[in-house]
Amino acid sequence: MAILEVKNLSISFEQYRSGLKREVIDVMSNLSIELEEGEILAIVGSSGSGKSLLAHAMLNILPENAKTSGQIFYEGKPLTDVELTALRGKELAFIPQSVNFLDPLMQVGKQVRQSSRNGNAVEKQRSVFECYHLGKEVEKLYPFQLSGGMARRTLLSTAAVSDAKIIIADEPTPGLDEVVIQEALRNFREFADENRAVMLITHDIGAALTIADKIAVFYAGTVVEIAPVGDFSGKGEKLRHPYTKALWRALPQNEFTPIPGAQPHLSDLPKGCLFAPRCPLMTEACTVERPRVRELRDGKVRCIHAT
Amino acid sequence: MRLEAKGIGFKYEKGPWLFRDVNFHVEAGEVVGITGASGRGKTTFCRILAGFERALEGEILLDGQKILPKGMHPVQLVLQHPEQAVNPRWKMRKVLEESGTFDENIQRLLGIEKEWLSRWPGELSGGELQRFCVARAISASPKFLIADEMTTMLDAITQAQIWQAVLETAKERNMGIIVVSHERKLMERLCDRIVEL
Repeated sequence: MAILEVKNLSISFEQYRSGLKREVIDVMSNLSIELEEGEILAIVGSSGSGKSLLAHAMLNILPENAKTSGQIFYEGKPLTDVELTALRGKELAFIPQSVNFLDPLMQVGKQVRQSSRNGNAVEKQRSVFECYHLGKEVEKLYPFQLSGGMARRTLLSTAAVSDAKIIIADEPTPGLDEVVIQEALRNFREFADENRAVMLITHDIGAALTIADKIAVFYAGTVVEIAPVGDFSGKGEKLRHPYTKALWRALPQNEFTPIPGAQPHLSDLPKGCLFAPRCPLMTEACTVERPRVRELRDGKVRCIHAT
Repeated sequence: MRLEAKGIGFKYEKGPWLFRDVNFHVEAGEVVGITGASGRGKTTFCRILAGFERALEGEILLDGQKILPKGMHPVQLVLQHPEQAVNPRWKMRKVLEESGTFDENIQRLLGIEKEWLSRWPGELSGGELQRFCVARAISASPKFLIADEMTTMLDAITQAQIWQAVLETAKERNMGIIVVSHERKLMERLCDRIVEL
């Protein structure tokens, strides 16, 4: 059963240009995604594709000038903003991307203990720190005294001690060494296996492949493909969307070959398919309207040419 | 051309030694990776190599000579977060011109579009900004480039784009590269040899 479901989420930002001229920028359009019980859903895609925005929308922590439409369902029930806010920290744990989310004026051990709701918080915090190879002296340190990797491990610990049903992890692994990454990923897997769920936002496709069940690929504020992990293999023949294929081929462990161009700017999106300007399969029809999401071979794709 | 670190030791104020007696060298045209657990001082070591920090022990030599503290430093460093490496009040053209040169060929290689030059840093994504930081670092022809987690925050396609451009330029100019990264597969793809700090 879907424990958390996002339906037709659109986000736009209202900005002031020069003087009092207002401008609305659509940063996400009609995005739908489901998080199943016992499942790890990895979200990959380029920076600026809206991965973090989705996480922030699910936690209701978008900035004030953001307008959203669409609905979020938790255990089948639609949520209001107030209910959503009540869930976070209890049912929903968040591992933010930036280590600046730590309180600069509180010892990190105390910060981690705060997110534990039941049981012995001190004991839990110590065992989690040990599991992430953080020495005993670290709990008394302040964030500015930590290295980048240590701060990130502290963020991971806050989610690990909580009793949440869902972890939303936004890029939890960059800058960490292999041993700690493996440890963190194993913890996510164990967490999900207890009939809970993890949404793992990452651009480390290699790491996502080892633990995730499904991978959703983002491009310019929309989901272009959702595929089971097994499809990410070989030369990417089983993948559906041309962007996913290009992403797969660009990995250092594969061909390491880039495609030209860059993701379009959100203020200047193409009218048709968002990937069309860079796509080898582009035809006249691609530039007319945005392709709809359709089911294809046990996954979903937003491309009229995909087979 | 050979960049050499001899018996480098460093600590922050009254803290314990971060590392001592570190020896390291890179030849021109060579790509060397540095790995090590987080908190081991990889970034600090890079900062010492690039002249941002002074070692408390040991010395950095370029072809056996000390590097003079004037003019452009022959060892250039590109960091993980481009947002922190550009002046937010300068337009991108000025950011590039900071290096003293304006190499259109490198901009083309890195996929920097003409239209981006008239934008403010806040109007570009991390991947786009990082292209500018790389262009700024290599267009004045440094002898060595240090890439400290240079593409960690970027997606695979942008990562491949930037690295292909850097490798091509390095080959052309016989520039040495030092790569710091936690991504083993990227290191294996790029490096001639990998050392652990």
